[in-house]
Amino acid sequence: MSLSMITPEFLIERNLERCIKCQVCVRQCANEAHRYDAETDTLSCDDLACVGCHRCVTLCPTKALTIRKFPLEFRTNANWTPDAIKAIYKQAETGGILLTGMGNDKPYPIYWDHLLLNASQVTNPSIDPLREPMEVKTFLGRKPEALEIKDGKLKTKLPPQLELDVPVMFSAMSFGSISLNAVKSLAAAAREAGTFFNTGEGGLHQDLYEYGENAIVQVASGRFGVHYEYLNAGAAIEIKIGQGAKPGIGGHLPGEKVGKEVSETRMIPEGSDALSPAPHHDIYSIEDLRQLIYSLKEATRYEKPVAVKIAAVHNVAAIASGIARAGADIITIDGFRGGTGATPLCTRDNVGIPIELALAAVDSRLRSESIRHQVSLVIAGSVRNSADVMKAIALGADAVYIGSAALLALGCHMCQKCYTGKCNWGIATQDPNLVKRLNPEIGARRAANLLRAWKHEIKEMLGGMGINALESLRGNRLMLRGVGLTEKELEILGVKAAGE
Amino acid sequence: MKRIYAQEKYCIGCRLCEIYCAAVHSEYPDDLVKAFKKAAMVPTPRVKVEEERPLSFALQCRHCEEPHCLKACITGAMYRDEETGAILNDKERCVGCWTCILVCPYGAIFKDEITGKVVTKCDFCLHMGQPACVEHCPNGALQLKEEGGDE
Amino acid sequence: MRYVIIGNSAAAVGAVESIRKYDTRNPILMISDEPYHTYSRPLISYYLAGSKEEAGMLYRPKNFYQVNGVETLFGTKALTVDTARKEVYLDNGEKVSFDRLLVATGGKPFIPPIEGAAGENIYSFIKLDDAKKLKEIAQPGKKAVVVGGGLIGLKVAEGLLKRGVKVSVVDLAPQVLSSILDSAGAQVVQKHLEKQGMEFHLGTTAKTIQSFGPRKIVGLASGMELTADFMVLAVGVVPNIEIVEGTDIKVNRGIITDDHMRTSVADIYAAGDVAENYDVLLQQQRVIPILPNAYEQGQVAGANMAGREAVYPGGFAKNAISFFGLSLVTAGLVKATEDSEEYVAQPGENQYLKIVIRDGRLVGFIRINAVDRAGILTGLMVQQLDVSRLISRLLTPELGLIDLPDDIRRSRLQGGAVQWR
Repeated sequence: MSLSMITPEFLIERNLERCIKCQVCVRQCANEAHRYDAETDTLSCDDLACVGCHRCVTLCPTKALTIRKFPLEFRTNANWTPDAIKAIYKQAETGGILLTGMGNDKPYPIYWDHLLLNASQVTNPSIDPLREPMEVKTFLGRKPEALEIKDGKLKTKLPPQLELDVPVMFSAMSFGSISLNAVKSLAAAAREAGTFFNTGEGGLHQDLYEYGENAIVQVASGRFGVHYEYLNAGAAIEIKIGQGAKPGIGGHLPGEKVGKEVSETRMIPEGSDALSPAPHHDIYSIEDLRQLIYSLKEATRYEKPVAVKIAAVHNVAAIASGIARAGADIITIDGFRGGTGATPLCTRDNVGIPIELALAAVDSRLRSESIRHQVSLVIAGSVRNSADVMKAIALGADAVYIGSAALLALGCHMCQKCYTGKCNWGIATQDPNLVKRLNPEIGARRAANLLRAWKHEIKEMLGGMGINALESLRGNRLMLRGVGLTEKELEILGVKAAGE
Repeated sequence: MKRIYAQEKYCIGCRLCEIYCAAVHSEYPDDLVKAFKKAAMVPTPRVKVEEERPLSFALQCRHCEEPHCLKACITGAMYRDEETGAILNDKERCVGCWTCILVCPYGAIFKDEITGKVVTKCDFCLHMGQPACVEHCPNGALQLKEEGGDE
Repeated sequence: MRYVIIGNSAAAVGAVESIRKYDTRNPILMISDEPYHTYSRPLISYYLAGSKEEAGMLYRPKNFYQVNGVETLFGTKALTVDTARKEVYLDNGEKVSFDRLLVATGGKPFIPPIEGAAGENIYSFIKLDDAKKLKEIAQPGKKAVVVGGGLIGLKVAEGLLKRGVKVSVVDLAPQVLSSILDSAGAQVVQKHLEKQGMEFHLGTTAKTIQSFGPRKIVGLASGMELTADFMVLAVGVVPNIEIVEGTDIKVNRGIITDDHMRTSVADIYAAGDVAENYDVLLQQQRVIPILPNAYEQGQVAGANMAGREAVYPGGFAKNAISFFGLSLVTAGLVKATEDSEEYVAQPGENQYLKIVIRDGRLVGFIRINAVDRAGILTGLMVQQLDVSRLISRLLTPELGLIDLPDDIRRSRLQGGAVQWR
């Protein structure tokens, strides 16, 4: 064995005045960063093992712990940053692809933070949502060319629609990448809030069939867990072509995570790697995609909307147009900040485009082709708060998916170590010792609370604009102004500069 | 009466229940740091976490309707609190004969480690708003409710 | 309607508390030859050793009789019962009538047929008065011979030793605590007591007692002679059945009772150390003279006396006892017979663990210096659960519910009351 040059990312600080040696930290750290020595009755820390998940900090009953950035400094170098240097050390040692979890953390522009919402003053009255009705209900699915109304009743038969009480859904996260308790939490929260969760390509665990009415079941390139009952159990079906965190590459669930339940749900042997191919090998064209869309519609008697999810890539608008024409009822676009359970660092941090620009481009394109009504647009890829939701809807989205925000509600601390399977919060793990740390009753309450809070905020902001229905904001880019953006960016976004 | 029920599927084995139980029965019930650092000896927890990973659970006195400990107590130290129905042990009268330990089918009565001469058991934290173990369980694995847990 | 209870200890108190649960109106009269407020009999050894004062020995609080509306007649001995006229005759010449009677007269010392056993400075150790007398005479430096190496004999020996008395214990059995321990377990206890200075003469018995003024010379069957300033006879306890002798209440060694604690005569009940009831392990009627059973029997008797249906399902022996910091618990059958097998572990110094299994069921155990959570085993005995796959787990000092099968553990966690015996 040779010398390792890997240095800790974090420094564990223990306040000995406060530490009562109760060893909760020792028992809670799956990375074994805390140790107790009975012989000397002392606690020690292994900084190198710390991933900065704050499990110990949060559970320490005397608040004796804190985690800092490891203070080791390299000579200042604007080009060779510490991260860049350390990545080289790691790869020189392992010879492998650097893996990571969660979304792109590099300082690319965040367009949400360059967009501002409007409000009413004098010339049109704002609305107080506590006193007046405010409609935020959203329907996802193909809308008819025209509506025929006879005797005050709608005569046109509407294509299947998803009805959302709040325009926010839980992103595709598979049972396998996250724990069953995490999926249960999201499923129960979706039911509570009147929205949907997405199975990812993990199949639908037996325990989750009761949440079928709030499930969007995914069909991905590995086709894991896909069968007739599965397709019919959900409220809608989503064909996953790509994912914002890893456009162009498939998924890999390591065999260690494929325990009995994952194996049964995915219909693969226990302990075998679940490899999702990079492409669907039966889809090499829009025409092929159309075949799958209609196969799935056939399998579900045209009773369920079929969505297609793609990563936001350079020519996303043209692809989206093709998808709409292929017969999809919903298009999901996942931006380059979208999260993941595991992906090569190089892909996550360097591939794809920002969701804000992709959304604006797709919405504009579909409008210009007069096919916008044929599909609903759902965006994902880092929606952080209710204002982001508002801006997305004003840019043209029908609804949004949240993944990272939902996991944060469950307790995720963004340590980005999902791929290790040692999630101390019981989320991105299949280790039974860790899974039980997430009580789905508590998880469901927290996730539902988040949606309730956002719904209130959305109503507040809508009211401020003098709008009493979310439908009136949808694609209403006049409600947005840009700050600190170039002419070109403003043009793509289709918004005026602030002050204009 | 309400009882504390353990849900073993959500017990994470952190032992915070034991830690808080010990503290609230110490000289410094409101201050963990003092309870563990200043008190001469930390009281024996009256709740017991058992663990064999991944299984773990916390157990305390069931406050039985027909308490075997009370019937078997040779001194009369074990008694039922008329108001709450809780089964309590009067340490002044207890002589540490361990007969209650011998008859409790739950194993919920413990030797008091400080004196070694009396038993200690869950007193339902009657001096507080709710039992410390329930209040401080970070994962809802201990619940105070009327009847039956989920498992 | 009037309840009369003869006795003032665990069974009697159990009956009072049970009667008052269902009947708060009708009068209760308690009669006892002892002049004391109810006290804990087992505590007399603590009293002798000086770790408990008389005031701290009350089995129930001072206001017990008042709160429960009990009339007391203490310091008065009940001599006999007229079962036909439903009357109890007292030693003061009076009589009291009853509608329901509970005989809870407990046990009395068995005086072995030893020459000279009735002399001066020879004591028993059952009641508080016995302890008071002993406490007076047990001065440091004195020598005592205790005949009997059972529970009472060793507790009195310990108390005397703590008072600075030199103690020799004599027992016919080749081991101490022969009713509750096997020989290996007894060895552990004996060694521990010898370290404290107790002397043993086992496998022999006192044959003669000669008095030379206050001093005694005890002649053993082995031919050896022991000198002593005083003696304690602690050979055993027999049911105190005098009061029913000559009546039509059926008696074997103790008063025969059924599963409602009824005697053979209507409206007359018996409970505690005076009563014979069913031993579920030995599967026969016998007296099990231990406090927990006495209280429970009293409770059942009381409920039935008050017109409620209550059943005593039988019991088995179980004992917890400590000597100079060594504590042990035992229950049921402690030695294997032809239809049972035993398993032993000695995990630590002075630790001794044993379980006895019959037909896959736990029928007895010994735990020396591993008392913690022993009730889990007692619970398994009560429920007669199959433990044949748990043997190694039940033989560890750190016993827990985690050692039980999933379904039993979960039902324990849910706190369902265990049907007790």
